[in-house]
Amino acid sequence: MKSKLKFLEDSIPKLIVTPTFLIMVIFIYGFIFWNFILSLTNSKILPLYTFAGLKQYFALFNNMKWWLAMENLLIFSSLFIGFCLLFGLLLAIFIDQKIRFEGIFRTIYLYPMALSFIATGTVWQWMLNPGFGLENFMIQMGFENFTFDWIVDSEMAIYTIIIAAVWQSTGFVMVLLLAGLRGISHEVINAAKIDGASMPRIYWKIIIPQLGPVFFSAVIILLHLAIKTFDLVIVMTKGGPGFSTVLPSIFMFDYSFARNKLAFGASSAMIMLFFVMIFVVPYLYRELRKNS
Amino acid sequence: MKTLKNMTVALSLLGSLSLFSAEVEVLHWWTSGGEAKSVGALKTMLEKSGHSWKDFSVAGGNGVNAMTVLKSRVVSGNPPSAAQIKGPSIQEWAELGVVSDLNEVAKAGKWDERLPKMFSDHMKYDGKYVAVPVNVHRINWMWVNPAVFKKAGATIPKTWADFEVAAKKIKAAGFIPVAAGGQPWQEATVFETIVLGVGGAEFYKKALVDLDLKALGSDTMKKAFDTLKMVKSYTDKNAPGRDWNLATAMVYKGEAAMQFMGDWAKGEFKVAGKVIGKDYVAIAAPQTNNKYLYNIDSFVMFKQKDAGKAKAQEKLSELILSDEFQIIFNTRKGSVPVTDGVSRDKFDPIAINSINQLNAAAKSGALLPSMAHQMAIPDSIKGAVVDVVTNFYNSKMTSSDAAKLLVDAVKNEM
Repeated sequence: MKSKLKFLEDSIPKLIVTPTFLIMVIFIYGFIFWNFILSLTNSKILPLYTFAGLKQYFALFNNMKWWLAMENLLIFSSLFIGFCLLFGLLLAIFIDQKIRFEGIFRTIYLYPMALSFIATGTVWQWMLNPGFGLENFMIQMGFENFTFDWIVDSEMAIYTIIIAAVWQSTGFVMVLLLAGLRGISHEVINAAKIDGASMPRIYWKIIIPQLGPVFFSAVIILLHLAIKTFDLVIVMTKGGPGFSTVLPSIFMFDYSFARNKLAFGASSAMIMLFFVMIFVVPYLYRELRKNS
Repeated sequence: MKTLKNMTVALSLLGSLSLFSAEVEVLHWWTSGGEAKSVGALKTMLEKSGHSWKDFSVAGGNGVNAMTVLKSRVVSGNPPSAAQIKGPSIQEWAELGVVSDLNEVAKAGKWDERLPKMFSDHMKYDGKYVAVPVNVHRINWMWVNPAVFKKAGATIPKTWADFEVAAKKIKAAGFIPVAAGGQPWQEATVFETIVLGVGGAEFYKKALVDLDLKALGSDTMKKAFDTLKMVKSYTDKNAPGRDWNLATAMVYKGEAAMQFMGDWAKGEFKVAGKVIGKDYVAIAAPQTNNKYLYNIDSFVMFKQKDAGKAKAQEKLSELILSDEFQIIFNTRKGSVPVTDGVSRDKFDPIAINSINQLNAAAKSGALLPSMAHQMAIPDSIKGAVVDVVTNFYNSKMTSSDAAKLLVDAVKNEM
């Protein structure tokens, strides 16, 4: 009787999780596998299962726009993650100083995260537009030689996207780091204060290193946000001027669906997945090893 | 007992009615105000004939979103009855074997006689009709604000050399010579208009329709790129990302003198209450008089599992090419009828001019499909060409490099 109960006790949780697990396996991993198969075919408008080997991948690496998209992704990810971490850390440290109205400040800084990228992108695009945005405002204030036309400049447009993205996600990093800061024991800090260390030194040598794991989590989340970025670019520049702000996600959508080259787009999607896996798999491996 | 008998009779009558009246699910992206009204007229006509219309509109991306949805419906084995597909895509879909044969309706409606051969060829696969054309848009128009020209003391140009002279005067007078929207399709629209003007109809056909690599890399093509750069120098620097209708607004507000845009721009002027001839004129872009770049919207009928739906599809096709619909639809949308011999009473001077130019161009072999609007070449190649054009337009690339890049891009996609 007891063993039957134990059997139920063990198997009910597994049963409950099984449907979700099955759905995940089919719809995520199954479809990834289907996408991989598609990338080895000649599919144009619709899936067509004629084997084409690695033809699509070779064509992808010969495509100038793809390299530009990857370059843009590199610039975008590194600056986006870097600035989010920097500003997030600064804001977290400031808020951690036991200021008044801490809750209000936290909410204000976190609020941009609640907006959709489309709303963010649209408003930033208005603000950065030289004709009626910041540049126009400054000129009307009297600074006649003020120019800020990055968004219409092929070379600089990608940086405007970074500005909008950092504005959106800094609050999220701030909240993560604030939680991390709150979790640091005060004994070490008090001991350092007694030894005569200044606050900046304490932060730099003691607190920030202890935030390592939090930084790492933030980086993983920001990285996946960066790779997923699609609607922000579409709304701000539509990939332009020309196609100077194209990112791999936009490239993939454009070629798969607008240009009727499904297999080619599928191959670009596989490459995007590959790059995500390079970062995420070692992290998962490390975490799993720690737990066992 | 009698009630049961009556009920059975009534039910079977209802059943037989459904054999004759079916539902047509129509996928399209005519979602803006004027467009929706135009397609609404078709819905009313279809419902008057006894069938029902299920609207399946998918906005955005100039059809990209609609096409994406269509693909998923076809893959799942449940395509809509009719879908708005145009240009070479019609043949690509027909190749997949999922489209209906419209030859019966075509014979009954005498489509071969009423449609110019260029247009009917687009609608056929393997010699059989698989699509029905709805209207004809002209791409190579130049929309002009005559008041701005007068104030600047410039004359409306008929050649690209005249254009430069006029543009300089307009710029000096403090106006923006060309209102442009910095999006790849708009840049491509201006580009193909220039190719037609600078190179002529033969060259346009060889380069942008037949994709002859020699023509694509030729000096004439370089000259076209030079001209494009020249036109760009007369646009304002806030152009990147601007929508086409905002550029049209610049013209009718009197901030800019000209816009190179298709005939759908007329709708913007109309909505703003502007008067043809006084507030705005439309003439053929420089050196493209009596040459016609066309964009035809069309519907493809998909094979349905339910045989009853085929009758409704045929009725829909028949109605689309009826004179009544051609007049209602085209007067609202700014395009011109695709069939010959439609009465001109209700059309405005610009539309009548368009019909005349269409007929003249058809006779002289200068009636050509628009590359930028997906009529001339498959979407994959068109995407590559537009990439080169927009890259050239937005960078410091030289014309000779652009021509070389164009040849490479097309070669890679073939």
